[in-house]
Amino acid sequence: MAETKQSKDSGRVVHLRVRRQDGRDMPETKRWEEFKVPYLPQMNVNSALEQIRKNPVTTDGKTVAPVVWEAACLEEVCGSCTMVINGRVRQACSALVHQLAPNGETITVEPMTKFPIERDLIVDRSRMFEALKRVKAWVELDGTHELGPGPRESAEAQEERYPLSRCMTCGCCLEACPQYGDASPFIGAFALNAVRLFNMHPSGAMQKNARLDSVMGEGGVADCGKAQNCVEVCPKEIPLVDSIASVARDTTKRMLFGWLLK
Amino acid sequence: MAAKSTIRSEGGKVRRVIVVGGGLAGLMTVIKLCEAKVPVDLISLVPVKRSHSVCAQGGINASVNTKGEGDSPQVHLEETAYGGDFLGNQPPIKGMADAAPGIVYMLDRMGVPFNRTPEGLLDFRRFGGTLFHRTAFAGATTGQQLLYALDEQVRRWETTDVTDEHGVSLPGERMVRKFEFWDFLQAVLDDNGTCVGAIAQDLKTMAIRHFPGDAVVLATGGCGIIFGRSTLSVICTGTAASAVYQQGAVYANGECIQVHPTAIPGADKLRLISESARGEGGRIWVPKDQSDKRGPKDIPEKDRDYFLERMYPGYGNLVPRDIASRALFKTCFHEGRGIFNADTGKNENEVYLDLTHKDEKFLRNKLAGILEIYEKFVGVDPYHNPMKVFPAVHYSMGGLWVDYERDERGSLKTGSPRNHSTNIPGLYAVGEVDYQYHGANRLGANSLLSCIWGGMATGPAVASYQKNLPRSAFDLPKSIFEKAEKRAQEDYDRILKQNQDRKDAENPYLLHQELGDAMLRDVTIERDNPTLDKVMVKLDELDERVKKVKATDLSPRVNQGAQFVRHLQNMVVLARVIAQGARNRDESRGAHYKPAFPKRNDPEWLRTTLAVHEKVGAIKFVRDFDYELAGQRIHITDAVDTSLVAPRERKYEQAGAASAAATGKLSPAEQQKSA
Repeated sequence: MAETKQSKDSGRVVHLRVRRQDGRDMPETKRWEEFKVPYLPQMNVNSALEQIRKNPVTTDGKTVAPVVWEAACLEEVCGSCTMVINGRVRQACSALVHQLAPNGETITVEPMTKFPIERDLIVDRSRMFEALKRVKAWVELDGTHELGPGPRESAEAQEERYPLSRCMTCGCCLEACPQYGDASPFIGAFALNAVRLFNMHPSGAMQKNARLDSVMGEGGVADCGKAQNCVEVCPKEIPLVDSIASVARDTTKRMLFGWLLK
Repeated sequence: MAAKSTIRSEGGKVRRVIVVGGGLAGLMTVIKLCEAKVPVDLISLVPVKRSHSVCAQGGINASVNTKGEGDSPQVHLEETAYGGDFLGNQPPIKGMADAAPGIVYMLDRMGVPFNRTPEGLLDFRRFGGTLFHRTAFAGATTGQQLLYALDEQVRRWETTDVTDEHGVSLPGERMVRKFEFWDFLQAVLDDNGTCVGAIAQDLKTMAIRHFPGDAVVLATGGCGIIFGRSTLSVICTGTAASAVYQQGAVYANGECIQVHPTAIPGADKLRLISESARGEGGRIWVPKDQSDKRGPKDIPEKDRDYFLERMYPGYGNLVPRDIASRALFKTCFHEGRGIFNADTGKNENEVYLDLTHKDEKFLRNKLAGILEIYEKFVGVDPYHNPMKVFPAVHYSMGGLWVDYERDERGSLKTGSPRNHSTNIPGLYAVGEVDYQYHGANRLGANSLLSCIWGGMATGPAVASYQKNLPRSAFDLPKSIFEKAEKRAQEDYDRILKQNQDRKDAENPYLLHQELGDAMLRDVTIERDNPTLDKVMVKLDELDERVKKVKATDLSPRVNQGAQFVRHLQNMVVLARVIAQGARNRDESRGAHYKPAFPKRNDPEWLRTTLAVHEKVGAIKFVRDFDYELAGQRIHITDAVDTSLVAPRERKYEQAGAASAAATGKLSPAEQQKSA
C-alpha cells in the first residue's frame, strides 16, 4: 500500500495557469503562462508557486522570471497571499492542491481585480489601510502609561467582539463586492465592520459619532448594495452583513436624532 | 553639548528616528517614541499589520494573580530565568516581569478582546514552565489581536501632526511616516562609527535610498528561515540582523535556537499548534506498542504512553519547550516509538496531541484559532480526533547583543540610553532580533511580553539618546549618506549582473533548501561536535557557492528574485554564527543540547557567546569588548548577571521546582548553594 501511494505521488505534477503582468500601468504585458511543478505532500498553491522559483520554465519550455506574489505567515492569519484561485478570492496558503485538483486539473491563479496591479499577483491594497484611518479604527488611548485595567467586559460581549476583530485586511470582501472598485468610492465591508467593532467597545464608543459620521457621506454605508457576497468569501467568517446592518441602523438613528439634537 | 532643538535640525528639517520592522516590538517602540514627541520613519518589509507577530497564538504572560494562586512578578522572574537555564541577564528580566501586569492592562485598554472570566475580569491560562495561570489570551490568536491593537494606535499617530516646541503644527509632517514594502539593507555609519541612518530598498520600484535618522531601531524579528521550513513567516530570514552584524554589531548566543514540540507538517511551512493546547488540558502520547496499527480513538488509555507526564510528573505536558522537544525526539527518533503510519509502513516522527477529552464548546471558545488551522491544513477534525504533531524550529533566543543599565533595585533603569543599545552607538535592537530576555530557552507566552516590554524600554532609551546628541544626523554632510547609498546600489547591481552567463550558476532557492536541510538536520535538538564540524565544512562550501548564484529575475519592478539573493547571502553568514556557536559551547543548557556533554557547566559556560564578524567565513568570538555611548566608554564582558536568582539545576520532575526560591521551597542544599 505504501508503495502504491508513493508511486502515485512520484512523477505527479501540479498544473498552474497564472495571470501575469510586468508592472503597474502595463496592461499590454498582461498574459497567461502555464507551469508544471512537482507535487509535494500537503501542497498548497503557495508552495506550488514556490516550486516555480526553483525552475522557472513554462510548460512550453520558455525560461521566464518566476511569478511574484505576496506571502508571509502561510497560515491564513496575515492576509498577504490573497489572490483569485479558480475564480474564487482566497489565500494561497490555505488553498490545498489535493482539494483543488484531485485529478491533476489545471489550477488558475489570478491577481485580485479591485486593486491596481503592481506585478503578477501583487496588487496595491493601501486604499484599505487609508479607509481604516478614515473610520478612526482605534481606541483613543490617553497614553501607554499605567492607568490600571480597561473596562470590565462580560464573556458574552467578548465572544461577540472577538470574531469581528479577526479581520486581516485581506481584501476578499472587496474583491467579491459588486459595489467596490476603482470607479466607486464605497469604503467596503471590512471598514464598516471596523466601525461596529470599535463602537462596541466601551472606550471605543466614546468616539462613536465621529466613526458613524465618517461612513454617512459619500462611499459610506448607504452605498452597500446588499449583495451579501462579502460574508460568503470572508476567510475568517466574520459576520460582515450583520456588521453592515448594525452600522446602517446606527447611522440612521444618528441621522434622525443626532443631527436634530445638535 | 546637546543640539538646540530635538524637533528640528539646525537646517530646519524635522528630526526623525528610524524604526525598522512593524511587529509588536517595532510598533511599541514607535508608540513610545511618539509619546516622547519623537517623530518616526517606520520601515517594514510588509504592511506592518502582516508582520510575524500575527502568528503568535497562545497568549502573553503577566503575573496578575487573579486566580489567587500567589503568583507575583518575583515568581515570573524566577521561572523565566530558570526556564532559560540561567543564561539570561536578570535585571532586564526583572524589569519585564515587573512591568507585565501593567502591559496587559494597557492592551486591555486598547480594546484587545481578551477572554474573560464570568466576573468580567481578564482570564488567564497555564503555559509551559509554570504551575501558575499567568497567560492572558484572546482565543488562540493572541499575537494577531495584540499586533492589531498596536497597529491601530500607530495608525492614529500616522494621522497626528508633528508639533514644534511651542505646540505649533508643522505643515505636512506627521508623527509617523510608514514605508511598507521596503527592505532594510544596511545602517549608515558616520566616520566615528555612529549609526546615523539606514539604507533601504523600495520593493516595488526597487529604488534604493537613504533615510537619515538620529537613531535606528531594528525590530526585525527572528531568523528561522535559515532552517528552511520552520514555524516562522517567510519574511523572517534574519537579513537585517546579519547585515548589521557584518557592519560590526555583536551577535550574542546565536546557538540558542528554540525548537517547538508541536507543529504540523506542510510543504512550505511547519504550522504551529500552540502550547496553549496543552495549557488548556491537551495531552501528548504515543501508543505503548510501537507497532500498534489501531487508530488513536481505538487505543484505550492503558495502551497509551503519556510520556511527558511519565517522565516529568511535576510539570507534565507543560514542561518547557526544550525539554518537551527533546522528549519527543527521544521517543520518536531514538526509540522509534512515533505514530505508526500504515501508508509508509514505518513509525513516523509524530506524536498525538490530544484534546478530544475536552468539551467542544470549551475548545471553540479558547482554542478555535489553532484548531481551525489544523482542520484547514490537515483536513481532520481535531475536536474529535487527536492531532498528529512533531517538533519545528520556532524562535531564536540569541540575537543582536544589546546593553542595559541596572538600577539600584536590580532592575532595568528606565530611560537609560544604554537599554537595548547595540555596540554600534545609535543602533538599537528590540524583539526577537535581540538576545536579551530568554537565556537559553524561552518560556511560552514570554515572547509577546518581551517584544512589548522591549519596545517600552527602547522608546525612552532612544529618546534620551537623541536628546543628548551633540549633532543631529539631519545636520551631517549629505556625502555620508550618498556614499552609503552608492555602495548599496552597486551591491544590488552586482546581484543583478553576476553569473548571468555562467553555465554552472546556482539557483538561490535551491541553495537555500540545501542550507535549510543541513541546519535543520544537524543544528537543532541534538548537536554533536563531529557533525557540527561537517556543518562548518558545508557552510564553507555554501559561502563559495553563494557567489555563483544567479538572480532568477532581472526585472526593474517588484524583483523578488534579486532581493532573495541578498537575503540568502545574509542567511549563510548568520547560519555560521549559529552553528559555530553551537560547536563551541561544550555543555548542555536550555535548547542547546549535546549528548556528549549532557550537563550544564556553569564554571566554564555560564557566559554569553559574543560573536564578532571578521569577514565572510570568519567569526571572532570575544570574552569582552568596549563600546562608546553618549561620550561614555562602556566595558562589556560575557558574564551573565545572575544576581537576583542564583543558578541551580533544573528539575521539572518536581512540581514547583521552577518557583522554589520565590515561594520559599528551596531544598536546604539549594539554599546553601544560593547563599
